[in-house]
Amino acid sequence: MTASESNESDQVPAAPLPSGASVGEVSGPAAEAPKLPDAHECIIEVQNLGKSYGSIIALRDVSTTVNAGEVTCILGDNGAGKSTLIKILAGVLESSEGVFLVDGIARRMGGPRDALALGIATVYQDLAVVPLMPIWRNFFLGSEPTRGFGPTRRLDVTAMRRITRDELLKMGIDLRDVDQPIGTMSGGERQSVAIARAVYFGARVLILDEPTAALGVKQAGVVLRYIAQARDRGLGVVFITHNPHHAYPVGDRFLILKRGRSLGESEKKDISIEQLTTLMAGGDELDALARELRRA
Amino acid sequence: MTAASVTADERLVTPSWASRMMRRPEVGAAVAALIIFVFFSTTTDAFLSAGGAATWLESSAQFGIMAVAVALLMIGGEFDLSAGAMVGTTGLIVGVLATHLHVNLWVAVLVSLVAAALIGALNGWLVVRTRLPSFIVTLGTFFVLQGVNLAGTKLVTGQVSVQGFADVAGFYDARWAFGSSAQFGGFTLQISVVWWFLLTAAATWVLQRTRPGNWIFAVGGDENSARQVGVPVLRTKIGLFMTTALAAFLVGMLQLFKTSTVQASTGVGQEFIYIICAVVGGCLLTGGYGSAIGAALGALIYGMTLQGIVFAQWDNNWLKAFLGVMLLGAVLVNNWVRRRAEMRK
Repeated sequence: MTASESNESDQVPAAPLPSGASVGEVSGPAAEAPKLPDAHECIIEVQNLGKSYGSIIALRDVSTTVNAGEVTCILGDNGAGKSTLIKILAGVLESSEGVFLVDGIARRMGGPRDALALGIATVYQDLAVVPLMPIWRNFFLGSEPTRGFGPTRRLDVTAMRRITRDELLKMGIDLRDVDQPIGTMSGGERQSVAIARAVYFGARVLILDEPTAALGVKQAGVVLRYIAQARDRGLGVVFITHNPHHAYPVGDRFLILKRGRSLGESEKKDISIEQLTTLMAGGDELDALARELRRA
Repeated sequence: MTAASVTADERLVTPSWASRMMRRPEVGAAVAALIIFVFFSTTTDAFLSAGGAATWLESSAQFGIMAVAVALLMIGGEFDLSAGAMVGTTGLIVGVLATHLHVNLWVAVLVSLVAAALIGALNGWLVVRTRLPSFIVTLGTFFVLQGVNLAGTKLVTGQVSVQGFADVAGFYDARWAFGSSAQFGGFTLQISVVWWFLLTAAATWVLQRTRPGNWIFAVGGDENSARQVGVPVLRTKIGLFMTTALAAFLVGMLQLFKTSTVQASTGVGQEFIYIICAVVGGCLLTGGYGSAIGAALGALIYGMTLQGIVFAQWDNNWLKAFLGVMLLGAVLVNNWVRRRAEMRK
């Protein structure tokens, strides 16, 4: 093999979990993990964020916060600006206006790697997994731990398998077999591997891009449990969805976007699921639609 | 995973020994190799004799070295149709430089090595940068090499082969690496067989236990995902094409020093045999799955059949028909394996 073994410049920093975000006792998906002491501390705050592409304004005047141990849901229909917002949060795009604070300090992201270095990890819909490879190889892909030097430098297979198993157990997944190809897992389980991987590699904030969109009712429930697990472990979660019924049970605050603008941010105590649904669907429009359908 | 640490889990069916074995890509090839070995051992006298075994082992080795490299490349999701012609090119470079231009033999070998590495790197770079299928890119390289091999050799030597290589100064010094053999009783172990075993072991080590091995599976399985998690796709693929080219260099040298002559048409048409050996050994044509041991077994099947048919005094042409049947059978088995592996619940 002629490809060099050193990949330091390419690799995602394998930082340990920041203090305070340490993992509580392993619990099943249904059990309540104890809240961490410094939960609710603000990690990300954005103020009056805006993004325009030439004359097209994709996003305007959006403000929200992501706190440790809480779930910020971003809701909106197609074209509402959800993707633009998460791309800014993930460091893929730079905002044209507004302030992006991480840990209280204004930041300019040069790329996803900068965001990762700050502990902001994004799990996209395609999950970035290789279906034919075993779960443990997928878990560490691109950041494989090694032992030994020179020609004896080799994958630390024992540790890789153990960590994969342990980390997934923390997500409430009792793996049948770490050697099974990841393609044989269900959609929800694969999502959880991607989440567990992001957490293990030092994420404090998880951005989940429509994790429940392609899933059935049961699988979506599985993913919602993992989101709750991540929250209970002290992570800040940004949950993008267009389904208020998925957002409401797990969310702490809800930011509703419509045509690139914020329709306001609400704490869970200030809003009911009916109000959320109505806001999402655009209130009057939904009434009009209901009347139209009734006639038909 | 230890069974003891798992609490009672109704989802878990302990996989039987047989079904765990079936997961290995090379199992089919191992069974086929065993059947062919037993068949020719019992039907011909020469096959199991010391001389016979040495013959089919050496025959397998030449294909095996290439098949292992091609298997790595195929696991990485690419083909190299220029691999056969490259064997000729590397041999011809050394032959022409040493016999007609009177370059020092070691220098000639070094020039050939560097040329192979560069052509391999160029193949890889073109494939990754242009995003064209490697099938097309290396088909181009194949024709270029084939043309240059013939025209270049004729231009310098006036013939379509290089003769008198054994008279070159230093031939017997360099021979230990590429053309020597050892006697064990009546059995002659050719150095090519040693190279074949070493290469198979090294490739298996790389694939199963190193980071580049993990990357090879990843770039072949899903290139975009691999890129997203930080796998250096360009470097991995260029490395794979260079490995294939360097394996061709090795085979080129083995043939040159064994026979002390090289034809301008050497290696042309062999590229498909390498691919067939890799596929018979369990490599998927779509990449991301396969093994080096499987490819070595595929080459063993080919070598045993090639010589076994001679020992059995059959018509040589049956080999091609046999090869086709093996290939189809292997592709069907591999497809089934992949469908099972990708099956989602």
